[in-house]
Amino acid sequence: MNRRSLLLGASAALTLPVFGAKAQTAQITGAGATFPNPIYQKWAEAARTPTGIQVNYQSVGSGAGINQIRNRTVDFGGTDAPLNAQQLTEANLLQFPTVMGSLVAIVNIPGIAEDQLRLTGPLLADIYLGKITRWNDAQIVALNPGLSLPNLTIAPAYRADGSGTTFVWVSYLSAVSPEFKEKVGVGTSVRFPAGTGARGNEGVAGTVRNVRGAIGYVENAYAITNKLVTTQIRNNAGNFVKPEHKSFMAAASAADWSVPGFAANVIDQAGPESWPIVAPTFILLPTNPTDAARSANVRRFFDWAFTNGSQLAAELEYIPLPESVHNAVRAAWRQSFGA
Amino acid sequence: MSLALSSMSHPGPRKDVATAARLGASRKRTDRIIRTLCLAATIIGLVLLASILITLFYRGFEAMSLRVFTHVTAAPGSEGGLLNAIVGSLIQSLIGTAIGTPIGMLVGTYLAEYAKDSWLGNAVRFVSDILLSAPSILIGLFVYQILVLPFGGFSGWAGIAALAIIVIPIVVRTTEDMLQLIPNTLREAVVGLGAPKWKMIVLICWRAAIAGIITGILLAVARVAGETAPLLFTSLGNNAWSTDLSKPMSSLPVTIYAFAGSPFEDWIALAWAGALLITLGVLSLNILARTLLRSRI
Amino acid sequence: MASVSATPPRAASRRGSSLGDKVFALVCQAAGIFVLILLGALIIELLIAGLPAFRAFGLAFVTSTDWDPVKELFGAGVSIYGTIVTAILAIILAVPLAFGVAFFLTELAPPWMRRPVGTAVELLAAVPSIIYGMWGFFVIAPAFAQHVQPFIIDTFGELPLIGFLFQGPPFGTGLFTAAFILAIMVLPFIAATMRDVFEQVPPVYKESAYGLGATNWEVMKGVVIPYTRISVVGGIMLGLGRALGETMAVTFVIGNANRISTSLFGPGNTIASLVALEFGESEIGSLKLASLLALGFILFVLSFVVLATSRYLLRSRLKV
Repeated sequence: MNRRSLLLGASAALTLPVFGAKAQTAQITGAGATFPNPIYQKWAEAARTPTGIQVNYQSVGSGAGINQIRNRTVDFGGTDAPLNAQQLTEANLLQFPTVMGSLVAIVNIPGIAEDQLRLTGPLLADIYLGKITRWNDAQIVALNPGLSLPNLTIAPAYRADGSGTTFVWVSYLSAVSPEFKEKVGVGTSVRFPAGTGARGNEGVAGTVRNVRGAIGYVENAYAITNKLVTTQIRNNAGNFVKPEHKSFMAAASAADWSVPGFAANVIDQAGPESWPIVAPTFILLPTNPTDAARSANVRRFFDWAFTNGSQLAAELEYIPLPESVHNAVRAAWRQSFGA
Repeated sequence: MSLALSSMSHPGPRKDVATAARLGASRKRTDRIIRTLCLAATIIGLVLLASILITLFYRGFEAMSLRVFTHVTAAPGSEGGLLNAIVGSLIQSLIGTAIGTPIGMLVGTYLAEYAKDSWLGNAVRFVSDILLSAPSILIGLFVYQILVLPFGGFSGWAGIAALAIIVIPIVVRTTEDMLQLIPNTLREAVVGLGAPKWKMIVLICWRAAIAGIITGILLAVARVAGETAPLLFTSLGNNAWSTDLSKPMSSLPVTIYAFAGSPFEDWIALAWAGALLITLGVLSLNILARTLLRSRI
Repeated sequence: MASVSATPPRAASRRGSSLGDKVFALVCQAAGIFVLILLGALIIELLIAGLPAFRAFGLAFVTSTDWDPVKELFGAGVSIYGTIVTAILAIILAVPLAFGVAFFLTELAPPWMRRPVGTAVELLAAVPSIIYGMWGFFVIAPAFAQHVQPFIIDTFGELPLIGFLFQGPPFGTGLFTAAFILAIMVLPFIAATMRDVFEQVPPVYKESAYGLGATNWEVMKGVVIPYTRISVVGGIMLGLGRALGETMAVTFVIGNANRISTSLFGPGNTIASLVALEFGESEIGSLKLASLLALGFILFVLSFVVLATSRYLLRSRLKV
């Protein structure tokens, strides 16, 4: 709570008057992923005065964002699901990451407190496949010798609306469970064989709050501000880790970013402390912009965000990219657009 | 009724009177039970309305402040309001109604004055009634196909078009109904004076029906102001202050829809404030429309 | 008025006004034809846009219960099922209530009470559907999840034959919750139609029955209902048409599961909610977008049939 009010206080200072001087500002528009929308709004707000750029980002979903940037109806697109090298070349797009986010599992089991329950990826996959249906299932009990788990039906909740959050979650489940990968697969909306959907983070959290025995997945920021009961998850190295800043950072620094389109796989990274469900979100920028000045402003805005925005990202519980990645992205800009 | 008749039609001995009394008692009991159930149904309806309003007031007032009206939507944690959404909703609802109303009035006039029983009139009346109840999300999809896809993007105009399509059949229905209430003797008297028919319609009939037509327009504004589904794929929403109709435009319902599912307390609180605003606006328009209609007819 | 009476009926002005008449009549007719074209264009646009889906899956698109965006398999079966089940369940819940309200308002309530109560019930129809969604999710779903559903699941879930209707975890959302919200939303439409047609029964019929000593209920059962039967069914169909296409309220509580659930408490989909929830994540030119638009076309056909029937049945009311 303390941190929250501090955050409010700090940002109040940044707020601009509504009808503030806009004449000298340059507008750029973007559309796409909903997952990074809060931080993009935050950056836009903070960057307006120092850069003179007004960013209008519409969180329409990754799919619609890709549509719009392909049709060049916006200056940049945002997507949680990275495009592959071939798709990027075909559409003349440069892809770069901006920030990372982490997902946590939340539960509602009587008598279980925050970060007490230990789960593994394959177990989570089996729960969302509908194969494990009781909280006192032998496999769960074996992982949690100290806890008394009730004989309660597991009620998995997922995002009803197509979302980047779902994309990251099923990416993780598919990475750790071949069966999940085959039966469900990866996408911003998938067919879950069990459980119920609810709209938005608020919907999933609300369902978990309402239903005894429910489990859900939300962005870490949401779990923190709403004091939801999170769980430990076993990572690639075999350690149970809690969802906290240090385990997120550990995952981020372990990833290999030297892949086309920076489509690094941060999910289920090696490293003794890595949180397994961390993912970057991406920006798509045309390499043959119709308006070079606007394209330059997009880069100027994200350059500002890389230099000055990490603190704001951390305040909203996003994970800033390592400095080395910022520089690699800047190098890619220079390569595509010149200095 | 059959029961009533059979018990009435037996004249005669005491025994039958006793049976009749017993029958009467059971009839009265049935009647009482059913009347109680009907009262209960009505009370349930009123309780549901009260529950919705209480929830809205309870959650909406918490978030209500001057800021809601003076600031545009902002990032979570920043001081944001709903100004752009409120203004966007007003712009789209009012222009949508302004476009839909004349078309609706002309169609209603056509149906009442020119095509009472012609096949074309019947077809138009039928189609208009279908449009009146057609799922509004389909109107959104339709406008997406004809205005958003071909013209390269979501825009305030697309939202306005979708809302105008919803307005038309509402105005058609009230205009036709109101014109039909005007006695033919009035029409004949005016035409008898030598006035052309169109003047008779515009100056006499429309004027006589004006209260009803305004009611229809108010109801149309109220209806489109609360519509979300047709705007999702047309005007989309806009986080910044924008009155440019060729750009995506914010609206209260779409903002509420987005914020209500978000992970941030202040956004969710704003969604409730917006929900309270829009419901109060829509309900007062409805009550105003009803009062107006009753005071004039 | 003054201007009309001031115009003298001279031949010259007659000719001018007959031109005016023609123009005005034409404009009115054009507006009418515009409405026809609008609906025609709506149907055709949705059909054309959905054509790739029909081409890819054939008529099986309508019956297939697959909806798997990852494997690009699309079928309308689950959402058609959900649309029909929630709408019919909503009608089953709403009709007795609406009848009660209409009966109360026309025969039982003291005259001073009729207008305010009638207005209040009609205001239920004015509340925007997104408000129903929020209310449903934040008020009704928790109540169902914590109190109503656990009780029903424990009581009826184990019964033979009908038990399957009430099994599964008590999510609070799902088909039944959606139907419940829909019922409240269509209640005012059905109640208003019923009240209007009940009021059209000539008082002399009712009075003669009352004169014979009939009770309120006997008059309703013996006189009013037989007299208004067809219009009442028309009003119910109107409510059904509304329930089929309702979008925003349903998206909050339906659960968006792409599978058919036999339990009424299970999650499901309706056409409208699926379109609203998935549209943003569909790329232009993708099979998924075409499938969503094809679903829109199917929804249109469904609503058209129901609304047309309703209108046909209510025609007799207009002629009374």
